[in-house]
Amino acid sequence: MGSEDQYLLRIRDLHTYFFLDEGVVKAVDGVALKLKEGETLGIVGESGCGKSVTALSIMQLIPSPPGKIIKGEIYFEGTDLLTLSEAEMRKVRGRSISMIFQEPMTSLNPVFTIGDQISEILQLHEKISGKEARERSIEMLRMVRIPSPERRVRDYPHHLSGGMRQRAMIAMALACGPKLMIADEPTTALDVTIQAQILELMIQLKREKAMSLVLITHNLGVIAETVQSVVVMYAGRIVESAEVRSIFAHPKHPYTQGLLNSIPRVDRDETKKERLEAIPGLVPSLLDLPEGCKFFERCPNAFDRCSEKEPSLMERGSGHFVRCWLHE
Amino acid sequence: MNTNGNLVEVRSLKKHFPIRSHLLFREMIFVQAVDGVDLFIRQGETLGLVGESGCGKSTLGRLILRLEEPTEGQIFFEGEEIGLYDSKRIRQLRRQMQIIFQDPYSSLNPRKTVGLIIEEPLIVHRVGSKKDRKDHVQRLMEVVGLRIEHMNRYPHEFSGGQRQRIAIARALALNPKLIVADEPVSALDVSIQAQVLNLLEDLQQQFHLAYLFIAHDLSVVKHISDRVAVMYLGRIVELAQKKDLYSNPYHPYTQALLSANPIPDPTLNRKRIILEGDVPSPIQPPSGCRFHPRCLYRSEVCAVEVPMLSEVEPGHWVACHR
Repeated sequence: MGSEDQYLLRIRDLHTYFFLDEGVVKAVDGVALKLKEGETLGIVGESGCGKSVTALSIMQLIPSPPGKIIKGEIYFEGTDLLTLSEAEMRKVRGRSISMIFQEPMTSLNPVFTIGDQISEILQLHEKISGKEARERSIEMLRMVRIPSPERRVRDYPHHLSGGMRQRAMIAMALACGPKLMIADEPTTALDVTIQAQILELMIQLKREKAMSLVLITHNLGVIAETVQSVVVMYAGRIVESAEVRSIFAHPKHPYTQGLLNSIPRVDRDETKKERLEAIPGLVPSLLDLPEGCKFFERCPNAFDRCSEKEPSLMERGSGHFVRCWLHE
Repeated sequence: MNTNGNLVEVRSLKKHFPIRSHLLFREMIFVQAVDGVDLFIRQGETLGLVGESGCGKSTLGRLILRLEEPTEGQIFFEGEEIGLYDSKRIRQLRRQMQIIFQDPYSSLNPRKTVGLIIEEPLIVHRVGSKKDRKDHVQRLMEVVGLRIEHMNRYPHEFSGGQRQRIAIARALALNPKLIVADEPVSALDVSIQAQVLNLLEDLQQQFHLAYLFIAHDLSVVKHISDRVAVMYLGRIVELAQKKDLYSNPYHPYTQALLSANPIPDPTLNRKRIILEGDVPSPIQPPSGCRFHPRCLYRSEVCAVEVPMLSEVEPGHWVACHR
């Protein structure tokens, strides 16, 4: 894997399926990604597109059964994580790669203090005393700008506001100085002024700790302001990927264009009676995906070939990839 | 009572929820959810109401609908003071005002078919014969973009966006003048949000509806509203025509909100106003101007005196000592 070692994270042909009574849900169906050290990648898509399952696949947190990573490789610092045993993976999780989730209240353990939860991670990965772990926990809380950290370290999650809990989660995620942090909708449940604080914090910490960040969100505003490159997902696969400026200035896939055209904007002048250009219809059921392009039914530019054969991801413009017959 | 032909008017409205203290103290603590609000909504217009968690916007919506009883102040609907109405008169009033909730999953009865859910308001208010009601339900389903063939399906068989359409059809059933939409699109995917927003606008035109559109997403509010009110800890801090509020926000909180709102344009290099601290609790709100602890421009008077809403430009009201 010589030439590919320049990437911190490299996912190749990932397929994660869920085997249910009703059928097989092909949650992730052929995803490939590359991320260098210090880079920020945004994964954008709506419910069911596979972005969270991709993240959970990297962390190998897919509930199994019914989920299973059928195929693919996930290289982290040159090692395929999918070949590791659970014991080996446990050394990676929380230490080299960590993850923060959308609802901090449901991801924090309600019966342990914040301090204990951070200490637990430290002591799991490093040989330090309880006292030292406690001191480092306070430092972590200070680093995420929680006021009076010496006091807060003894608080339980329910004593903290949503924004504070998310900071605590970030503190936990950063405790062992990971090379990669995956943030799955980290600010969606938060008020907008708190969201701004948390994003600002994440960007600063990323810079200070020379960390890579994978940010998963459906909010295009957050994407524009936070990431360097973007991957757009739809029905379990990547439909477009490019540098952030390219995606916004020259969206090539009709789904990406549809998304950008359907959001109301504060930065545009509009008279009230202007309708939004909504994408008609619904995402197809992952239990019953059509042949051909998965976006076919909702696509304003669709033609015959689209329903017959699924396009592959092709490079159209430097570093700009799109999965669409229009760009063949 | 003269309310200048406004559909809804609210004066010095307060709603304080008592919390029983679990210590030995005899004194009740109150959540000052709404603490002195003046507002009006005209026929056929959309008043956007923005603010973050705990600002009281949902409570204000519920007060107008008389789903809550005011602690103090007056609520007028078509010139009549409804704050004092008994349950019988409120029931009659409900034909004129309806609500759409945020969560399309918990706001529909899972044991009732869609047809029955939409028909229910007609049954409760004894409107029309069985056949009339069935016709009306079909028409409503068409109007909101649902297939009539799905009338006998249950809510769990529909997507989030479709369920919101069901909720909208239900809200329209009695031909109300006002619909309070409490975060109607926040739980929906981006592409579905656009569909539902378009629908709400079309219906407003078709049925001459007034909306109180409660939301925290500033872009959505900008799109759909005529006028916008910004709430903070139970009070209105700014109120203006949509265009004026967004292009020329006066209140430091409004400025911070707008600044925090992420814009989908990577070429912009905005200087962000990042507020310190958390949104404080409405249980022990700060004295004077509620925003003063987080305000960049605070001065001595701010902690002491409550600023009143004053008209700084025609139609543009701000509550700030600056």
